[in-house]
Amino acid sequence: MNDAWTLVLVVGVGTIALKGAGPLLLGRRQLGPRSASVVALLAPTLLAALLVTQAFADERRLVLDARAAGLGAGGLAIVAKAPTLVVIAVAALTAALVRAV
Amino acid sequence: MSELGPTGRLRDGARTVAPLAVAVGIFGVTFGVLARDAGLGRVASIVFSATTFAGSAQFAAAGVLSAGGTLAAAIVAALLLNTRYLPIGLSVAPALTGSRLRRLVKAQLVVDESWAVGHVGGGRYDGRLLVGAGLTLWSGWVVGTTVGVLGGEALGDPERLGLDAAFPALFLALLVGQVENRRGLVAAVAGALIALVLVPLVPPGVPIIVASVACLIGLRRAAT
Repeated sequence: MNDAWTLVLVVGVGTIALKGAGPLLLGRRQLGPRSASVVALLAPTLLAALLVTQAFADERRLVLDARAAGLGAGGLAIVAKAPTLVVIAVAALTAALVRAV
Repeated sequence: MSELGPTGRLRDGARTVAPLAVAVGIFGVTFGVLARDAGLGRVASIVFSATTFAGSAQFAAAGVLSAGGTLAAAIVAALLLNTRYLPIGLSVAPALTGSRLRRLVKAQLVVDESWAVGHVGGGRYDGRLLVGAGLTLWSGWVVGTTVGVLGGEALGDPERLGLDAAFPALFLALLVGQVENRRGLVAAVAGALIALVLVPLVPPGVPIIVASVACLIGLRRAAT
């Protein structure tokens, strides 16, 4: 089995289990308050780490390139309360323009 | 809404997310293009969208791979991102009825957007609204991925189109929606700093996984 299918299989089965565990096994029981607050913080933590690595990392180097300009423009669109799709379009267009110049 | 019968509520959920499903479809196209770019292959990319059905995790996995990260790093990053579905699944559990198999299938239709639409207030959820919304979003995601995978060549180089800058912007937009309090902000900043410091030191993908330890500040008392 090649890498792509290993990824699809492992992440697929894992996600199905994560989504299904509550409705299938735990019924109306809840997570303890401490575990719940750790899990609640996982999403913002991971998204922030993903954000900075996707914007500023090139393999194992930190760089400031067209992606940073795109992110900045996208950030401004978020501040202006633009819908997510507009935010993404603004970021992509800005990066494309910076590269074209 | 309460006047409608069961099918009405199913349709209601579908109608509420219809504009979002179009957006999700466009994201699906983007995912299809990037998954190809990451070397996932056509069929595997489409099966990935149909079975995992979790945009941020799929984008993360493709992102780690195309940045030269290892398979293990891609898998761990995607699964860590999806751990939020454990508490989300718990919250909707009372609303999903039927046999075990039906509940398992319905649970797969829970994504951030259908979860939000299915919420009827006070931490209670309407299973039919949720399923209607989830099915619509799922269709958009899978169709979009297919279009992206098949039409990716016509689009050309994703970098020339600035698509690589679309990711951090998407993650920023998602992040803004996820930071609900000070602790969320502290965890996000700590995660970002840990990841940046580690980029030059370890292989791509690993910084994201190590950064996740920042969520352990959730163990501190909620007084802050």
